[in-house]
Amino acid sequence: MNSVLAVEDLTVTVRDKTLVQDVSLTVDPGERVGLIGESGSGKSLTALSVMGLLPEDVHASGSVRLAGVDHDLIGADERRLSRVRGRQLAIVFQEPMTALNPTMRVGDQVAEAMLIHDTVPGRRAARAAAIELLGRVQLPDVLRAYPHQLSGGQRQRVVLALALANDPSLLICDEPTTALDVTVQAMVLDLIVRGVTDRSSALLFITHDLAVVATVCQRVLVMYGGRIVESGPVNEVFTSPRHRYTQGLIAASDLESADRRLPTIPGNVPAAGQFPNGCVFRTRCAHATEICATAPPWSGTASRGFACHHPAPALEPADA
Amino acid sequence: MRRLNPSLVAGGVIVLLIVVTALVSFVWTPYDATLVDPASRLLKPSWSHWFGTDKFGRDVLSQIMVGSRTTLFVGIVAVGVAAVIGVPLGILAAMSRRWSSEVIMRSNDLLLAFPALLLAIMFGAVFGASTLTAMIAIGIASIPSFARVIRSGALQVMRTEYVLAARAAGRQPFPIAVRHVLPNVASLITVQASVSFAIAVLAEAALSFLGYGTPPPTPSWGRMLQESQEFLFSAPRLAVFPGLAIALAVLGFNLLGDGLRDRFDPKLEDRR
Repeated sequence: MNSVLAVEDLTVTVRDKTLVQDVSLTVDPGERVGLIGESGSGKSLTALSVMGLLPEDVHASGSVRLAGVDHDLIGADERRLSRVRGRQLAIVFQEPMTALNPTMRVGDQVAEAMLIHDTVPGRRAARAAAIELLGRVQLPDVLRAYPHQLSGGQRQRVVLALALANDPSLLICDEPTTALDVTVQAMVLDLIVRGVTDRSSALLFITHDLAVVATVCQRVLVMYGGRIVESGPVNEVFTSPRHRYTQGLIAASDLESADRRLPTIPGNVPAAGQFPNGCVFRTRCAHATEICATAPPWSGTASRGFACHHPAPALEPADA
Repeated sequence: MRRLNPSLVAGGVIVLLIVVTALVSFVWTPYDATLVDPASRLLKPSWSHWFGTDKFGRDVLSQIMVGSRTTLFVGIVAVGVAAVIGVPLGILAAMSRRWSSEVIMRSNDLLLAFPALLLAIMFGAVFGASTLTAMIAIGIASIPSFARVIRSGALQVMRTEYVLAARAAGRQPFPIAVRHVLPNVASLITVQASVSFAIAVLAEAALSFLGYGTPPPTPSWGRMLQESQEFLFSAPRLAVFPGLAIALAVLGFNLLGDGLRDRFDPKLEDRR
């Protein structure tokens, strides 16, 4: 196993509802992978399962292995997980306004991230490292500021500095720019990409914004109804989607065709746990037939493939 | 700067007045508060005795001044006991798993159902009536309200992303409680402390009135009320002055609590 993250058959349930089913994915060292899907498709739950941060009544099964960690993260106790979190594995959440403790100075919070894992020799060194980290996200003078004195974009950059403080092997970003305005978005995205490239960290980038995936990621996983329905290199998936859901998703975000009505996917995302059996997309799919009541098998390889009985024809060179 | 609200100012002024009175009483009172002078018993208020004298000829103003020490002392220890036990209990209940949280909160309810004064009287009967036993009993009886308020605040803090982020950064539960939860419920602690303070002052007065609180000769507002009973018709002023003092102290701490609550109200947070 030489991938940084290997998730196998991850299933997340709450009471009798299944929210994420049989999700398998791998992220290679230094690779930037996007995870896209609508709200409720299970993207964030997948991320939280990897971190071991699911709420108390939500259960995950399957396997999550991280390079350099000799145990499975699913089912590991808090103590073992806390040694991994923030060290090999870091996360940036969506909402920068609440992601920092309002009663602590920003510099102390960044320094603390390193002191937790003893990656610096002492308080003085942690402080110096915090100054450097904040400098690298272009916030040189915020060390003594409290979070409420910073803007949303500034706070998200502090959160990024915090997440990258211990040079994690994998950074998970859960819609990190959704709450920011567009100009700030570009800057934060740039800092994220630069941050992970400098450290040769891998990136798992969760978003519903296809344009963001196209600029940030090399490979993309498409989630719908708690399953991965298609995966592959970003340019292949975006130019020649095979799964009907991906096709609809990309058509719906096609902004070049201004002369016609924006195409939409008919219907709504079913409520959590209410997805049909077989193909989860069949209730909204124009191509669905009887066979779709059985779960479609995965076609292609792990790195480029899809799960659909009636795939769209491949446009460019056949499946790699 | 935000404008201060009136109840915060009024409460603050009253509390400050009581604190200053207590401090002054250490260095100066018009007369020795415990000096018995049969020659000048039951005097009406005059220039030499502003609030008059009681049945033993003791100066009422001096007694009220010295009595404020007892009042503050009682409040501080009772609130201290309640906060030192109740705050960690509330945070623990908020952070622990469902069933252990239930155990804490249901035993909390048990204690809450037990009348504070009855507990204090029991303590007095077992350990002997003194200011200290009364204070500790009142403190113990105030634990549930602290635990309850702090738990609800801590539950809110536990749901914030910075606590999730702290866990994601590899923080253990205890440092999260101390570094993240405690500072963010500090405002609730302050508000609850001032409200509990008022309750403790009233409880001490009631206990002293019943004879289970501060034993003589240490002046206490509650006992002054009790001693004034037999003169309620001939010299009602003996009940009026300590009664006013108690009412003022309770009002002051309640106003302070209300004012602090308004100031810390999360809905107004954006204006800070």
